[in-house]
Amino acid sequence: MSLEQTREDARPEAHQRPGRFEPSAVLGVIAREWILYGQSWRSTTFAAVVEPTVYLLAFGFGMGALIGTLAGFDYIDFLGTGIVAVSVMFQSMMPAVINTFIKRRFLHTYEGILAAPVDVRELVTGEALWLALRSGVYGCVPLLVAVGFGLRPGPGVVLVPLIAFIAGFAFALFGIWISAVISSVRSMDYVFSGLFTPLFLMAGTFFPLTELPSWAQTAAMANPLYHAVELIRGAVFGGLTTDTALLHTGVLVLFIAVIWWAAVRRMSRRVVS
Amino acid sequence: MSASRGQAPPDPALLLRGVVKRFGPLTAVDGLELEVPRGVVMGLLGPNGAGKSTTMRMLTAQSLADEGEIRILGHTVPDESKWARARMGVVPQHDNLDEELTVEQNLRMFSYLYRVPRGSRKEAIGRAMRLAQLQGRGDTRVDALSGGMRRRLLIVRALLHRPELVLMDEPTVGLDPQVRQDLWGVISALRDEGVTVLMSTHYIEEAERLSDEVALMARGRVVERGTPADLVAKYAGATVEEYLPGEEGVDTLERLLGDQGFTTRRTGTTLSVLRAEELPDSLRERLGSPQRRDSNLEDVFVTLTGESFD
Repeated sequence: MSLEQTREDARPEAHQRPGRFEPSAVLGVIAREWILYGQSWRSTTFAAVVEPTVYLLAFGFGMGALIGTLAGFDYIDFLGTGIVAVSVMFQSMMPAVINTFIKRRFLHTYEGILAAPVDVRELVTGEALWLALRSGVYGCVPLLVAVGFGLRPGPGVVLVPLIAFIAGFAFALFGIWISAVISSVRSMDYVFSGLFTPLFLMAGTFFPLTELPSWAQTAAMANPLYHAVELIRGAVFGGLTTDTALLHTGVLVLFIAVIWWAAVRRMSRRVVS
Repeated sequence: MSASRGQAPPDPALLLRGVVKRFGPLTAVDGLELEVPRGVVMGLLGPNGAGKSTTMRMLTAQSLADEGEIRILGHTVPDESKWARARMGVVPQHDNLDEELTVEQNLRMFSYLYRVPRGSRKEAIGRAMRLAQLQGRGDTRVDALSGGMRRRLLIVRALLHRPELVLMDEPTVGLDPQVRQDLWGVISALRDEGVTVLMSTHYIEEAERLSDEVALMARGRVVERGTPADLVAKYAGATVEEYLPGEEGVDTLERLLGDQGFTTRRTGTTLSVLRAEELPDSLRERLGSPQRRDSNLEDVFVTLTGESFD
């Protein structure tokens, strides 16, 4: 038997035509992130716990003492669920923008991954799914902190990790798309100030949208964070009808479909010349 | 179409026909023709800017050709690029190892990306570490490795899935000569295993020492190919003599040798004469005393293109 045959027989799978979208390629990208997470979990966990705790301390004690109830909720309940969604957004979108940009532009990480049998659509999906998984877990942290502050969730709270995962996937894809649109680190200033701030303020997180002007309320309907907040708040405290649950989920799913396509397309233009 | 198992593979490892790649007004690759048979180490030798890296990127579909045909192990690129990438390994020019991770973690990461079956992962990683002479360093972080170790790791990372073809884009660029020679052992081991290698380089000695065949590349095209010995014999002969006739004498000497049918190469006021073993004694007497050296691929390249590697 020739060397050639020995080599080929050792890898019969290499002689099957790979699919256009292979879960094994996506899992490879996720596995890579999992190994990296083994090095960074302490700092990541620190940020995921401390940030929402500080928010809850500051707003819960500070604003909570002044406000009491808001839109029919105790303020700590309103705020705690809002911060879950904000935390999901920050846990997924920030690293999606920053890390993806650095990996593409400076570390040449994607050159290595795409030289393996992995396509851009699998790379983008894997990166976003990993951030979504992380958000699904870390998104629950502020909820636990809020329970410590007096939040009393209903049985629907078990859906929060799933909602956080779906919202995290949407925001991660959004962040990856942004990272492929911007051409320099300086451009991130525009993103953080011009996009992140209105996104997380105009979503019913710290105060109800009904207090905003009507144009802002209309604009907020296109904000995926608003739909995530509504789903999380509805799941934790009940009161969400099937119709509204389907509406908010539908908007998030539609957003995911559109932004996945856009992120793959834009990233392809960046990594393939 | 892939080679069917148990039969002699009908396709060459690499086939490029009329490949053109433009970046705006710049034509980086200009009608490239190259066929690499299986089981050889092919050196793609040319100076910076010759189009080597663009060619390498097109082979992994990270750059798309404007014209022409590319086939890798029988797979058409870019349409079947993923299939081709499953069967080949790529050593990038840029060191993109994860510095904060260990040697073993870096290899494990790519064993997932290359879909090495779970039961074979440990063996594949162990084999790679042996080939890179990194046994016992599995737990060492990459940022604690020497430059040579890092580059060896980068090479064996591309071999985890036992590829039939390995692309190496300037695998030893930026390394000092001693470390470069250490790496040659890894590349030689691949050849001994029957793996096809396409290695771009602008180091003459590297191409001569490692390549079964060399394709000389200039201005986006392959200008000549063959074994290093054949190319040198055909275009530069056995010996080069270098004369220092001074600023005033160099023109005269160049003309004289040209009239006699000799190919010369001028570097400042140094005049190199190719095929110097054929110089008649009558002419040699008029030239003075030279420095002699063996002819090499750079002499061939300069003869063919008029360009130098500097």
